[in-house]
Amino acid sequence: MLELQDVTKRYGDRLALDGVGFTVGERRLTGFVGGNGAGKTTTMRIILGVLAADHGTVTLDGAPLAEADRRRFGYMPEERGLYPKMRVLEQTVYLARLHGWTPAAAQRNALELLERLGLGERVNDTIESLSLGNQQRAQIAAALVHRPEVLVLDEPFSGLDPMAVETVQSVLADVAASGAPVLFSSHQLDIVERLCDDLVIIAGGRIAAAGTRDSLRAAHGSERWELLMSGDAGWLREQPGIRVADFDGGWAVFESESDAARRAVLAEALTRGEVVSFTREQRSLAQIFKEVVR
Amino acid sequence: MSTERTAPRFTETVALIAGREITMRVRSKAFLISTGVLMLAVLASVLLGGIFGEQGSTTKVAVVSGMGSVVDDAEGLEAVAASDRSEAERMLRAGEVDAIVAPAASDPLGITVIGLDETPETVVDALSVHPAVELLDPAAVPPGLAYLVAFGFGIVFFMSALTFGTTIAQSVVEEKQTRVVEILLSTVSARALLTGKVIGNSVMAFGQILAIAVLAVLGMLLTGQRVLLGGLGASVIWFVVFFAIGFVMLAALFAATAAMVSRAEDIGSVTTPVTMLVMIPYFLVIFFNDDPTVLGIMSYVPFSAPVGMPMRVFLGQAEWWEPIVSLVLLVATTVLAVWVGERIYRNSLLKTGPRVRLAEALQG
Repeated sequence: MLELQDVTKRYGDRLALDGVGFTVGERRLTGFVGGNGAGKTTTMRIILGVLAADHGTVTLDGAPLAEADRRRFGYMPEERGLYPKMRVLEQTVYLARLHGWTPAAAQRNALELLERLGLGERVNDTIESLSLGNQQRAQIAAALVHRPEVLVLDEPFSGLDPMAVETVQSVLADVAASGAPVLFSSHQLDIVERLCDDLVIIAGGRIAAAGTRDSLRAAHGSERWELLMSGDAGWLREQPGIRVADFDGGWAVFESESDAARRAVLAEALTRGEVVSFTREQRSLAQIFKEVVR
Repeated sequence: MSTERTAPRFTETVALIAGREITMRVRSKAFLISTGVLMLAVLASVLLGGIFGEQGSTTKVAVVSGMGSVVDDAEGLEAVAASDRSEAERMLRAGEVDAIVAPAASDPLGITVIGLDETPETVVDALSVHPAVELLDPAAVPPGLAYLVAFGFGIVFFMSALTFGTTIAQSVVEEKQTRVVEILLSTVSARALLTGKVIGNSVMAFGQILAIAVLAVLGMLLTGQRVLLGGLGASVIWFVVFFAIGFVMLAALFAATAAMVSRAEDIGSVTTPVTMLVMIPYFLVIFFNDDPTVLGIMSYVPFSAPVGMPMRVFLGQAEWWEPIVSLVLLVATTVLAVWVGERIYRNSLLKTGPRVRLAEALQG
């Protein structure tokens, strides 16, 4: 388990991180969400040791991180970049070797991974000759080629087409399944929502919310209910103690003053037609995010 | 984990980084072409020097009525027999010979030298009788040769320090500009990265100097020129030792200053102070190689010692212990430069955008 405790970082007068603390569990995909300038990249750089924190600790399984531990981390920085004139395979092998793999094993790992990422036919092309999407795949290969035991990715899905997003999702899921804690940031909240086990929301250098996806949903659940039935749901407006928020044919979203009023709605609906669904309104991560950050 | 994976040692990491620097440099067309042009220039100047040298060594002279023996005895003259005065004059006008030597009854030596439009000094000199010359305080090294050696040390130092200093600066900025540096820093330390770069480029610099030296010597041997290396021996060895350490110092400074900018266009302005440190010794040694005071100071200032001290060793002005003292100074300065350089490098690498201020880079 990767754990941050009370991490603080100051750039001049600006407090970039203010007592940031959260955990990234093993075998868990943890999404890291926040607006621009909220402190995601700074936090990730501190985890990787590229940047030093002014205060606070980063530990792996309870022990402070040493340089040798970080060699077993995989990192994809927000600012993408590889050597433009090096060939894809050559570059991937080079990075694996910097992490301590033998030449033969580095070569084998790199070929397997590039094949899986759909770059099998481009391994001998230079990075600069690849399309942006393929450069992105090469970047992901660079983060994974040394079979990291902890994975930190800053916006791994930006610039990928839907096919590539699928591929990368499955690769990340595999890495997590192999036992590694995986932390990734993204602005694409729908992907985060679909993919993540856990969520960390950061705003203005502070952790605004953290926990499992389901517990966050429960904690920031809606007070509103959603009804879908056959026939018209217009009668809802006449129900006592009910305020209709949204309405379209047999579908309606409403708020109720009391549990009794809500139960009365269900009873009434059953008499008026077939009830397809009657649930608490599902809130998207985007909605939760907006609420938490505000 | 398995034996396929080890915790890499610092030296192994540095070797990998240096290896990449060398591989990429050798693969670059610009590097291959510029090296090729430089090699050709060296070879051409040696060969041309040989050819012109040969032509200058003998002067053809037309001889009339048995003057052949007089001319043959003189050094550097080659007699071409002419049947009479008028044929000799025709040869002179046609440019086949540089002068005519004819008998002259009125002259004390019994000969007259005829030129075309000016006195043929070489011929006159060769046929003259010289008094014995004695020097009270002979120069150990002829001034012409001293100038040549000073120029040689100066240009080799200047060219390779500048070429490979610029190369290392570009390589640093390339990593910053393409952002690959962040991945690298999450894997290896800034110290390993800097050391690998400096070693990789130093190897290239020495390789090039060695190639130039081999080519020059081969060229001289091929054209039958006398190789002066005998007299140069000790000073060349000192030059190599000083250059090896001095280059590391300059390379660290080039890398550190380059790390402060984010775009290749800004390399020139930010590395200017370091470029000056390379250029000044070059001009000083060319203009002041006959001034023992200036040379003496140069030989102890670490930035000019790689040129100044070997020069003084060559001129016989340095005591045996002087190069050692100067070398200790140079090593100490290099250690300091690498320490400061690493600090600037480490603190500047992730700061993109405008140029990082020196105070900020030093502070971190």
